[in-house]
Amino acid sequence: MESPSQNPAALVVDVKNVSRSFGDVRALHDLTIQVPKGSITVLLGPNGAGKTTAIRMITGALQPDHGTSSVFGLDPTSNEGEEVRRRCGVVSAKPSLYDRLSGWDNLRYAAELYDLGRGSRADLAIRAAAAKFGIDDALDQEVGGYSTGMKTRLALARSILHDPDLLLLDEPTSGLDPESAVAVLHLIRQMTGDGRTVLMCTHLLLEAEGLADDVVIMQHGTALESGSPGELADRYLPAKHVHIGVTLPDHLASLDAMPGVLSVTVDGVDANVEVRSIDAVPDIVTRLVSAGAMITTVRPFVPNLEDIYFAIRRAKGSTGDELPPPTTPTARPARSRVAEIAR
Amino acid sequence: MFGLHLARIVTVARTDLKQLAQARDFWVPMTLLGSFFFVIIPTILLLTITAIGDIQVVDQISDTLDVLPAAAQSQIPQTTPSGAEVSDAGRTAYALSVFLFAPVAVIVPLTISTAVGAATIVGERERGTGEFLAHSPAGVREIYLGKLIASLVPGYITTVVGFGLYSLIVNLVVGPEVGGWFFPTAQWWVMIGWVLPPFLAICLSLVLRLSAKVRSTAAAQQASGLVSLPLIMIAYSQSTGVLFGAGYLPVVLGAIAWGAALLFLAKGVQSVTRSRLLGVAAGI
Repeated sequence: MESPSQNPAALVVDVKNVSRSFGDVRALHDLTIQVPKGSITVLLGPNGAGKTTAIRMITGALQPDHGTSSVFGLDPTSNEGEEVRRRCGVVSAKPSLYDRLSGWDNLRYAAELYDLGRGSRADLAIRAAAAKFGIDDALDQEVGGYSTGMKTRLALARSILHDPDLLLLDEPTSGLDPESAVAVLHLIRQMTGDGRTVLMCTHLLLEAEGLADDVVIMQHGTALESGSPGELADRYLPAKHVHIGVTLPDHLASLDAMPGVLSVTVDGVDANVEVRSIDAVPDIVTRLVSAGAMITTVRPFVPNLEDIYFAIRRAKGSTGDELPPPTTPTARPARSRVAEIAR
Repeated sequence: MFGLHLARIVTVARTDLKQLAQARDFWVPMTLLGSFFFVIIPTILLLTITAIGDIQVVDQISDTLDVLPAAAQSQIPQTTPSGAEVSDAGRTAYALSVFLFAPVAVIVPLTISTAVGAATIVGERERGTGEFLAHSPAGVREIYLGKLIASLVPGYITTVVGFGLYSLIVNLVVGPEVGGWFFPTAQWWVMIGWVLPPFLAICLSLVLRLSAKVRSTAAAQQASGLVSLPLIMIAYSQSTGVLFGAGYLPVVLGAIAWGAALLFLAKGVQSVTRSRLLGVAAGI
């Protein structure tokens, strides 16, 4: 299959070697990001990694010092920027709403700036967007009286008002309660189903889990690595693990010698087994049962985004206290509820 | 027009004005300011002079009329249209209403518009709404012009309304003394319609530039005060000159002011950039 980088027409965002400094502070350094059409790409990185600046480059709100960016095949830094911005919907890290205006007036303002006018077309778009994010009952209230969650919902509604082709979401669930966060992630997934492309920034790994088609791991303004979570897992966590629990420790003694087993770490009645391939697991289980073992647990370890993220950062030389110790497969918590629902 | 979307300019202006209308803490003091200068002070002064016209103070003020330029003195009526002599109090009240209150028409709109303009761009940045504008399709020139209009309108509306009320008061209080309604005079029309707007535009172009460049609303307001003060003085002297002068001089002065205003606006429009709306431009 042709990859997006081989087929530029399939790329909605194509940022190449972009650098940008603010005084002595280097916000972006040689950043390259490619976002395929109809996908959800997540920029992952700690605070200050340059995620927000990257979004600002994409809409042309900021000009790069070096490098080029192309969005829909247009140059956002030129006079094509207006067309780029008209086709983008942006939710910034802070909701950027006018507190003294009502929810309706905030959406109306956006509708007019995005050329929907003031007629019934704009009214319909406002109602539809507000209903989609469950904020339609509060449109008459002044935004200053909204809760954080309501503000985020309104900002999200504003971002889709003009039916954008590309959604740029900077920490879209920041400040939301778990239920609202799940609902928002649901809607983001839904929107790609409608043919839109989503580029989302977050430092919350659990949020990106299950949502990202592609991830870009960022640090110090540059992309450490990018690709789908599966590709990155294969690249950085090639070893496969399975957790096997039995009733008696003696039953685990034969594991070492079984075909496909690379290593075994036993802890009482539990064993972490490194296998050549997950395909070897049924055979291992059959052999254990044949040997008389009573098996209580068989749980393959599927690396989550957190595992991948830290594996990449370790591999790319991130040092110091900022990284947790390498993952112990059995110690990893189950996949989050948010990620499961988003999936 | 010039690559500008008029609808977007109007939208930016209207939205700013709508927010201003919601801000009671802004418009209540500003309304009081306008009322004070256009209604309360003139009413008290003119009523005092016309009602108790034969006291010594009024006589002294009457004497000062002698120092007015000849062109101005010649405008003060000596007789009513029916031929009756106008009293000293009537002449004094006429002179005060036509000449003394000229700065009122300058101070009030400049003060109000400066207060609005100073907060307009830096306010977007402080509230975080500059991010929304920076990512929107609206051009920076459209945003600038929208903000300019939004800053200009409150001051100018206050002036027009205040001017209307002032005219009514003057005509009701002083009119009977000089034989009928006489205000506004031709010079006041020239001042309100021709001389004042370009000074407002010059002042606002400077204030908006400051608002785009400083870090906080407080800093913008302090700096704007320094900028607007000399402009108020210039505008005051110009207005006085317009009212005292004669012939085409006011028209010429207004034309020069308009030319300067256009130059200032052309320069000022460059002050709004997306990076400034985001608050990441150098120096912010």
